[in-house]
Amino acid sequence: MQRRDFLALTGLTVGGLMVPSYFGKAIAAEQLQSTLDVAFKKRLADAALAAAKQAGATYCDVRIGRYLRQFVITREDKVQNVVNTESTGAGIRVIANGAWGFAATNTLTAEGVAAAARQAAAIATANSKTQTAPVQLAKAPGFGEVSWKTPIKKNAMEVPIKDKVDLLLGVNAAAINAGADFVNSMMFVVNEQKYFASTDGSFIDQDVHRLWVPMTVTAIDKASGKFRTRDGLSSPVGMGYEYLDGDASQKYTTPNGVINYGLSYDMKEDAIASARQARAKLAAPSVKPGKYDLVLDPSHTWLTIHESVGHPLELDRVLGYEANYAGTSFATLDKREARFQYGSEQVNLFADKTQPGSLGAVGYDDEGVKTKRWDLVSAGKLVDYQTIRDQAHILGKTESDGCCYADSWSSVQFQRMANVSLAAGKTKLSVADMVKDVENGIYIIGDGSFSIDQQRYNAQFGGQLFYEIKNGKITQQIEDVAYQIRTPEFWNACTAVCDESDYRLGGSFFDGKGQPGQVSAVSHGSSTARFNGINVINTARSLG
Amino acid sequence: MSILTEAQAKAILDKVLALSKADECTASLSGSIDGNIRFALNNVSTSGIVSNTDLAVQVAFGKRTGVATINEFDDAALERVVRRAEDLARLAPENPEFMPAVEKQTYKPSPTFSESTAAITPEFRAQVAADSIGPCKAEKLIAAGFLEDGQSFVAFANSKGNFGYQKATAFNYTCTVRTEDGRGSGWVGRNLKDASAFKADSDIRTAMRKASESAEAKALEPGKYTVILEPAAAAGLISFMMNFFDARQADEGRSFLSKKGGGNKLGEQVYDPRVNISADPWHPGAEVMPWDNEGLPREKMPIVENGKVVNLEYSRFWAQKQGKRATGSPGNLLFAGGTKSTAELVAGTQKGILVTRTWYIRMVDPQTVLLTGLTRDGTFYIENGQIKHPVKNFRFNESPVIMLNNIEELGKPVRVAGDESSFVMMIPPMKLRDFTFTSLSDAV
Repeated sequence: MQRRDFLALTGLTVGGLMVPSYFGKAIAAEQLQSTLDVAFKKRLADAALAAAKQAGATYCDVRIGRYLRQFVITREDKVQNVVNTESTGAGIRVIANGAWGFAATNTLTAEGVAAAARQAAAIATANSKTQTAPVQLAKAPGFGEVSWKTPIKKNAMEVPIKDKVDLLLGVNAAAINAGADFVNSMMFVVNEQKYFASTDGSFIDQDVHRLWVPMTVTAIDKASGKFRTRDGLSSPVGMGYEYLDGDASQKYTTPNGVINYGLSYDMKEDAIASARQARAKLAAPSVKPGKYDLVLDPSHTWLTIHESVGHPLELDRVLGYEANYAGTSFATLDKREARFQYGSEQVNLFADKTQPGSLGAVGYDDEGVKTKRWDLVSAGKLVDYQTIRDQAHILGKTESDGCCYADSWSSVQFQRMANVSLAAGKTKLSVADMVKDVENGIYIIGDGSFSIDQQRYNAQFGGQLFYEIKNGKITQQIEDVAYQIRTPEFWNACTAVCDESDYRLGGSFFDGKGQPGQVSAVSHGSSTARFNGINVINTARSLG
Repeated sequence: MSILTEAQAKAILDKVLALSKADECTASLSGSIDGNIRFALNNVSTSGIVSNTDLAVQVAFGKRTGVATINEFDDAALERVVRRAEDLARLAPENPEFMPAVEKQTYKPSPTFSESTAAITPEFRAQVAADSIGPCKAEKLIAAGFLEDGQSFVAFANSKGNFGYQKATAFNYTCTVRTEDGRGSGWVGRNLKDASAFKADSDIRTAMRKASESAEAKALEPGKYTVILEPAAAAGLISFMMNFFDARQADEGRSFLSKKGGGNKLGEQVYDPRVNISADPWHPGAEVMPWDNEGLPREKMPIVENGKVVNLEYSRFWAQKQGKRATGSPGNLLFAGGTKSTAELVAGTQKGILVTRTWYIRMVDPQTVLLTGLTRDGTFYIENGQIKHPVKNFRFNESPVIMLNNIEELGKPVRVAGDESSFVMMIPPMKLRDFTFTSLSDAV
């Protein structure tokens, strides 16, 4: 999602003509609870598959999708916008003459999808004339008629809008009462009802749910003209409304009393903490630039993993297909052959499309491949990438890793990042024990500013909360911190990772890639980790 | 169905307004036909055409509003979308900041439509890809690029008698060219209204030259340097800053334009006196729609004059609250400059760094609009008016507010839009002193 689309949603154009057409038709709330009949979808798929074969396709897949989204957007005591959208249609992809062709239609009749299948075959035939090498599709077994559903306890689409509004306005009031000057809070609910069918003999019906409740609290010191914000410490999740139950067993309290959250969130509690911590930022001393040992909370590390591991190990970037937009990768194929030392021996990074609660969890990807877990970096060494069916052969693999995704029925599916995570340390280690050994460090909680070059070498990250560590003790809150890394040096500076009991997921709801651009949602897990001797800059400036 | 005439659009909108039983109704109809072609590794990878038409209906009962959209236009569908918006409005909580629909306006049309762009065919796109790939292949370079073009219309009407209709075209081409060994990279981008002005086979030479010439990059120590930012390199930083010219944010004390003790910096000297930024929807070469998203007419207006902030953006709600006049939110930005080209600025520079393009720009501190990002696709060291050698890419941490107080010279503005800026811009190459590079990047 482009930033400007996001701003349009967050109320900059409230009362105006702008509607988020990106997400399809706006609909009434009660329509978010229904689903399309599976038998109906199978009839359409059969019609499209038959038409594609008749038109000369050697392979065809059909995706019939109903994409539902709900946005509730508030500030302080006001609801700025409530939007319900629906987008329904079918995308058909074929191989003919060894080339891909794609066409999409929102005419959900047997004739409509058959026509789109024939159009896709015609495009494939036209594309084959300039293609230098035919598509090589890794084998995928046909699964017959199967289904998968995100294991939710409470469908967020079924919760009345009034309850959501009451929750957010209650959260806002709590932040204001605790000393905030302003608060913006939102709820995004996503339900992707996806039916996939292919000439391999798969007919897969999936019901995918996601939820995100971002919040930003602002504190202002009018006299000095200074202002500071603190974002909520929640994560977007592949869960239902139960994520908002505030289950105490999912709270992770740092040695200095900051509460982080696992697979359950207490939004009001976090709002109150946000207000207090935002105000504390106004008086916090500015960091002295230099080398520090960083202790990174999972609420922060997910974004560093995303940018410096997830993206550079996408095979299409490595090969050059994203050179004009997202960029390429320093982690070239020869580095995998040489077992490149990506990180220290403590560093084990894995991809996993099955992790419960994660944004990327599905039963099957958008080209009918069953999802799995696999290693990318083992004991610091680069061992693998993320692939889809037409890339597997490049790595000498016989099957895809299941990383194919399209953000809409009308978008062509392509390779997207799996959940990529840092494995927990195998030796028992708590955050308190990790901090005890740090002489001169900074403890960073929450994600902040992020920027990385087009080959994923040089990155800079901020955060939400920064605490100075001196001689094994967390001493005070500090401000104006950003750290700069060169990816391999950074991961090789990892000296410890806390054990499984500290493992949590963070994630992105709107990861952009491709031309035309598509978004995807992806999670990244880790336990608190330590990185030695990292370059920290001071970001304070004066405008005079 | 995608591109409707004014009469066709008005007929649909009139029906919608007649169907509504709400206190007020605003309907907006838009349609587009967009084509694209993508290539990488000197091969076409994808191409497609997407067309769509959407009707959005917003109704209000008192201060309760509802929005519904649909892409069917028979009488039953129109009835359904209006009733759906009304149902949502009845369920919605009251919005204390509700603003009634805009009154009847008079819009002066702007020439946003080009016949030649609207006439682009799949063959034209294939030729653009071939003209980009061919010269690169011949010189053992690798091209990856994207062309997206389209035509569109927008029409809207409300129950107070307001109506607007206009067509537009868009054309955006970008291409990254890399050397086979991956040590050199160049880029070219063209955003145009009129596609007939575009020549891929000559424009691609810019990216090819930068790719070849950037291959033997030497490392310079990070620090403060005199830089020449090409227009595409400056646009991302300037357009980022312009998103924070909102009066309400400034008045609330959470903007770089907030004043110590309260209020905003309207009328204050914030930049070097040579900085002049204005908006004008009819400006030749940078035309945009003559209305904003709320239907307010855009105006020709100064935003920064001789370094003083002379206009902030007031939403209709905030304008009413503060006793100001709300004007249409700008769609373009015209940054005034001089007469010199980038090459002429280089010729007049003793020591400095030429930056082709900036990348992955993100906010570090909104208090000062401190931005970070990187250079890419051609960064060069200048000595005695000559480009001496390519240099490794840098990460910068710089505020455009500080940058625009460190001006050495401004060149001749050119059009930049699309990937590099959220606005259609006329922006000059900029020679600036003390630009802050904080680290080196190994990326090419």
